[in-house]
Amino acid sequence: MSQSLTLHHTRELHPDTRVPDPHQETFPKTLLGFWMYLMTDCLLFGTLFATYAVLQHQTFGAPSSRELLSLSTAFSETMILLFSSVTCGFAMLSAQQNKKKGVMAWLAFSFLLGISFVLIEGREFRDLVQEGNSWTKSAFLSSFFTLVGTHGLHVSVGLLWMGVVMAQVYWVGITIETFRRLAVFSLFWHFLDLVWIFIFTFVYLMGVM
Amino acid sequence: MSADLTLKECQKEWHGTFRAYVIGFFASLLLTTLSFSLVALKAFSGQLMIYILIALALTQAIVQLLFFLHLGQEAKPSWESLVFYFMVLVLLIIAVGSLWIMHDLGERVMPERMEEMSHD
Repeated sequence: MSQSLTLHHTRELHPDTRVPDPHQETFPKTLLGFWMYLMTDCLLFGTLFATYAVLQHQTFGAPSSRELLSLSTAFSETMILLFSSVTCGFAMLSAQQNKKKGVMAWLAFSFLLGISFVLIEGREFRDLVQEGNSWTKSAFLSSFFTLVGTHGLHVSVGLLWMGVVMAQVYWVGITIETFRRLAVFSLFWHFLDLVWIFIFTFVYLMGVM
Repeated sequence: MSADLTLKECQKEWHGTFRAYVIGFFASLLLTTLSFSLVALKAFSGQLMIYILIALALTQAIVQLLFFLHLGQEAKPSWESLVFYFMVLVLLIIAVGSLWIMHDLGERVMPERMEEMSHD
């Protein structure tokens, strides 16, 4: 039903004008709305980064970042997330060409990479806590767990979301709705990779220097 | 329900291309490996290394914003870019402001400065 309405309205009332109309163009609008959410999320991470920068050296006798953090683990996490980001991009390209199987395959890759990222980070956190260096130990560790943990939580929620989108594409196919959801999700996933670059640089690279 | 764009129009609206993803991917790969090996090899020391790492991270962030998140490629009026630049402004105020204030505060309560202050 909405298909026929769509054709009628877009062709007749607004022949190729870029003027925004309140009753149309929900795709760009959804993207803009989600983009705004991402920007507020950036501010959230920005404040956590500022907190980390301030508390970084306040170890209160507990081990510092140089003794605790592993550069090789962080490097593999970075690579995994980058690969996951680009496979998610390829899923969008498949969606653009209506290739449902391609979308499913690329998203499955992306999902597995995302899962391994979360598992590696989870193991890192577990090791830290088991060695007695949990977030209660020092201001540095509190800010470390908050910053890296918030990112990890975003990735975990992203994985859940990816599962839902994959199920929708599997059952419904590529329609306006699923394409829009895929597009919004891919923005989220790329954004998480972007945040991780700064965690990798400021927390890990500078932490072990 | 309001009318929507057709699927084809939505697909056209999406800016991602194979070329962009591949360029973004390899540029990110290169920049990450570069900053990782600089630290692993201890190529520079102290302040200089920090500036180099920040420059590399910012370059990679710009690469990903352009090639993965399609910043600045939407139709006019460019709301997305506008919101982005406003976010950067607020982010700078929060980050630089926090660091400045806390650094200043730290200097004032540092133990080695205590004596100086007690003479005042």
